[in-house]
Amino acid sequence: MPKNTSTISRRSFLRGAAIVGAGALAAAPAVSRAGGQSESGEELATLLDLSKCIGCGACVMACREANAERYPEPTKPFPEMFPARVKAEDWSDKRGVDDRLTPYNWLFVDHITVNHGGEEHEIHMPRRCMHCTNPPCANLCPWGAAAKQDNGAVTIAPDICLGGSKCKDVCPWDIPQRQTGVGLYLDLLPRFAGNGVMYKCDRCQPRMAEGKLPACIEACPMDVQEIGPRSEIIAKAEALVRETGGYIYGIEENGGTNTVYVSPVPFEALEAARDKGKDAKGHGKGSQAQQQNQAGRPHLQPVGSPFENENMFAAAVFTAPLAGLAAGALKLFRKARANHEEES
Amino acid sequence: MRMRTLLFILLMAAMAVSGFGQMPIFKRYYVADLPGMAWTADYYFTHAMHYVGAAILLALLGYAAARLAPVAGRITLSGWLRIVLWATIVATGLLRVLKNLPDMHLGPELTLVVDITHLGAVMALGMTALAVRLVGKSAYVKISRET
Repeated sequence: MPKNTSTISRRSFLRGAAIVGAGALAAAPAVSRAGGQSESGEELATLLDLSKCIGCGACVMACREANAERYPEPTKPFPEMFPARVKAEDWSDKRGVDDRLTPYNWLFVDHITVNHGGEEHEIHMPRRCMHCTNPPCANLCPWGAAAKQDNGAVTIAPDICLGGSKCKDVCPWDIPQRQTGVGLYLDLLPRFAGNGVMYKCDRCQPRMAEGKLPACIEACPMDVQEIGPRSEIIAKAEALVRETGGYIYGIEENGGTNTVYVSPVPFEALEAARDKGKDAKGHGKGSQAQQQNQAGRPHLQPVGSPFENENMFAAAVFTAPLAGLAAGALKLFRKARANHEEES
Repeated sequence: MRMRTLLFILLMAAMAVSGFGQMPIFKRYYVADLPGMAWTADYYFTHAMHYVGAAILLALLGYAAARLAPVAGRITLSGWLRIVLWATIVATGLLRVLKNLPDMHLGPELTLVVDITHLGAVMALGMTALAVRLVGKSAYVKISRET
């Protein structure tokens, strides 16, 4: 059975990457205009063509290098938590972990072997924050620490975040990862509220502010990713699907995201090929060991819009005060008319 | 206690629980472990609950505003203080609902200010309402001696 995968070893790739990287550096000015907000003011989205990805991990290394200065440096020992059920989450001694999301690894490559169409495919899928267009993490963050930027990236402010992990709970992919022993909670009520800071990909905001591309995009030797105005990225993704007969993930998920994957294999098949253990909301269905195996590794299941109810109720919220005012005015009018009739 | 007072207290309690439920405290402090209270740790549920409660509360506030308008000259100092706090809560709440709509974007700094102001105004209103009740000056409007 043919195996649809690259035979390039990591070592030989890295040698080639240096050459390709030098070429990319020379071409950087041509693409760096996409690094900031689009000229039209539209949000930026990324397109990942998974048929190109060889799973070399150059994006992961570039991400770690570009963001190393922003990684947490926790104070130890951690404050004793109350109640005791609240556990510290410490990745500071496991900074080398690069096969899942952690506070020190905001991007990893999921390697999935799957049978499809009578062929075995080895799909390599860079995974990080999807940067939703209407992000639950930002909408539901009680402090405004998680926010969507004008350029469409979703960020978490480390100096404001208290590490309550709500953003992770409401994220259908459990993206943000917590590190205990850092952040504002240490200066407030470290025993009783908060538990650190949540970390995730912010699409290299410091680099983008300088007009550069996110490190993972710039470092990729295979040009797996590109970034641009969301409408253009969606058009490109749909054209790619028409051209290759591929499949899309990310345009509609969770009400829409700014990360669009195009794969030669259906995402249902990719999800089925991954280890089982969690459902879409991260509530356990499998054994504890299976769940542990999937922790920090976002799924590929369909995700519906999370705010359908709220969007419906929002109309009532905006019209309610007007209805109340009208009812009150009507009451006053009737009272005045009754008084007038009584006097006359 | 009159029925409408009781209903208003229940509404405010629902708003307080669903509002404070936006912070990850009910699971941490075992409230969600109590029988029948698991919903307090469901952020999407308490969020929708806050919206529904807000719609009812806003209708009541709109009604109260219309009734208070003709007697604005007789509103007490503590009444004005609470009205300003109510207005702050309403304005920031509406901004938050607006921000949460698809394709709406407030910007991170403004969002932070709105969130903290909303929470701060709620706590200030709660403390003010308690204080004026304790000192017996909870009336919004000066009672006319002629009546």
